[in-house]
Amino acid sequence: MLEKMIFGRYVPGDSFVHRLDPRSKLLFVFLFIVAVFLANNTATYALLLAFTLLVIFIARIRLYFLFNGLKPILFLIIFTLLMHFIFTKEGALLIDWKFIKIYEEGVRQGIYISIRFLVLVLMTTILTLTTSPISITDGMETLLNPLKRIKLPVHELALMMSISLRFIPTLMDETDKILKAQLARGSDLTSGTIKERIRAVVPLLVPLFVSAFKRAEDLAIAMEVRGYRGGEGRTRYRQLDWQWRDTLIIIIFIILVAALIWLRGGR
Amino acid sequence: MKEILSLDHVSFSYEAEDGGTRRAVDDVSFTVNDGEWIAIVGHNGSGKSTLAKLMIGLLFPEEGKVKVFLEELNVDNLWEIRSDIGIVFQNPDNQFVGSTVQDDVAFALENNGIPFEEMVPRVHESLAQVNMEGFLDHEPHHLSGGQKQRVAIAGALAMRPKLLILDEATSMLDPQGRDEVIQVVDELKQTTGLTVISITHDLEEVLLADKVVVMNSGKMMLTGKPEEIFAHGDELESIGLDLPFAARLSRSLRQAGIAIQGEHMTEEELVNELWTSHFSK
Repeated sequence: MLEKMIFGRYVPGDSFVHRLDPRSKLLFVFLFIVAVFLANNTATYALLLAFTLLVIFIARIRLYFLFNGLKPILFLIIFTLLMHFIFTKEGALLIDWKFIKIYEEGVRQGIYISIRFLVLVLMTTILTLTTSPISITDGMETLLNPLKRIKLPVHELALMMSISLRFIPTLMDETDKILKAQLARGSDLTSGTIKERIRAVVPLLVPLFVSAFKRAEDLAIAMEVRGYRGGEGRTRYRQLDWQWRDTLIIIIFIILVAALIWLRGGR
Repeated sequence: MKEILSLDHVSFSYEAEDGGTRRAVDDVSFTVNDGEWIAIVGHNGSGKSTLAKLMIGLLFPEEGKVKVFLEELNVDNLWEIRSDIGIVFQNPDNQFVGSTVQDDVAFALENNGIPFEEMVPRVHESLAQVNMEGFLDHEPHHLSGGQKQRVAIAGALAMRPKLLILDEATSMLDPQGRDEVIQVVDELKQTTGLTVISITHDLEEVLLADKVVVMNSGKMMLTGKPEEIFAHGDELESIGLDLPFAARLSRSLRQAGIAIQGEHMTEEELVNELWTSHFSK
């Protein structure tokens, strides 16, 4: 189940999209999310969908892989679609079969909202699929840099994020070990009422927290003796490199917005 | 010989839970010279890890002086001195800061403001020194304990330290990982003349040292060359240390009334002694 889930996972590759600077990608996705709300008719939604499919093609992500991984989210999208079909009662009556009445406006709204949702999910998934978590952290840090002026601890936030990412697999292993140790002692996690099951998680969480604090302390000491004194006067080993392709996608974004504004309007 | 580090009548106490204090280090003095390998051995709670913390200024002594590179360690020169000391701790996972091998090796360089152009060759060079140059982009959870400890050593080497401290660096590793790490450190010492202080409870590791300091309940119990130390076999065992196999066998043979000469540190020495022992008679 967890292996199939691709939301938030990174798959290394060498496409145009993979090679983009994380800053331009983050900026693009963030602006794209805002721009999606410009769409209000068939032409604009069709443009957004076509554009997203084009990006998937350029990023060389297999459609089957993508949609298979997004199954739980697709289910949610279909659910929204059905809700619109049933509950929006405007426009001409399209289907009138026993108690089911579907109106034109319901179909239209349902499809629009689903496309909007789908496009947003696909774009953010493409971002995380094609960018390593550490690059996303680096990109965020540089993009947020101006906010240092208003005393936002940008460097510390980025460091916290990269250390958390680095410790996820370590703590997963640890959880697995503790789980097995508790199972071996006869703890039962899979049966009983919900209340009992929640209570059974406690002997799992307590040792996990104890060990996480121990790790945090060790890590702090290791960082200190290796000369960590906060972001001041630090150099960076990871250098970001803004290239022609990064400028290009920003231009593409501007063209996309212009097209959306030109096409939007009446239905 | 140039002095690298010296402890002069150093004492330190921790606050105990009952409100009193517990002496962890009691009147310890010794000197480490340039290019030496010093092993500090002792059982858990003998104060040897507190010694490591005193050496890098994580703790300051109550009494006595800790001098590193001929300067007394204090709050002002702490960071400068630390940049010349590499230290590797016990738990391989808890000292891996970067998300990949190369990020971790670069961590100390970043902290000390080394420019990017200089970082890249230094990272490659130090990884080559620990035979890990093929693992630049590996993530820590895909490495073995021994590999992680070698990366930690590379991270220390990148700063070109004058002194490398191994604080129980091999105690959580499997025998293979332990051998890898010991071998790398031994090679480094041979090729670069690095000064090494290894804190351990493994007496096999002690064999590589030039000088040994045996700690027991905060006090220095014995000090000397490895062979001199192993001559005190009973005392070492009485404070909970295991002798190396060859030394143990050599002692048992002598107890069984077999006349063998001298002390035997390694299996090879012992084998040589045994197969030649009847030639002279």
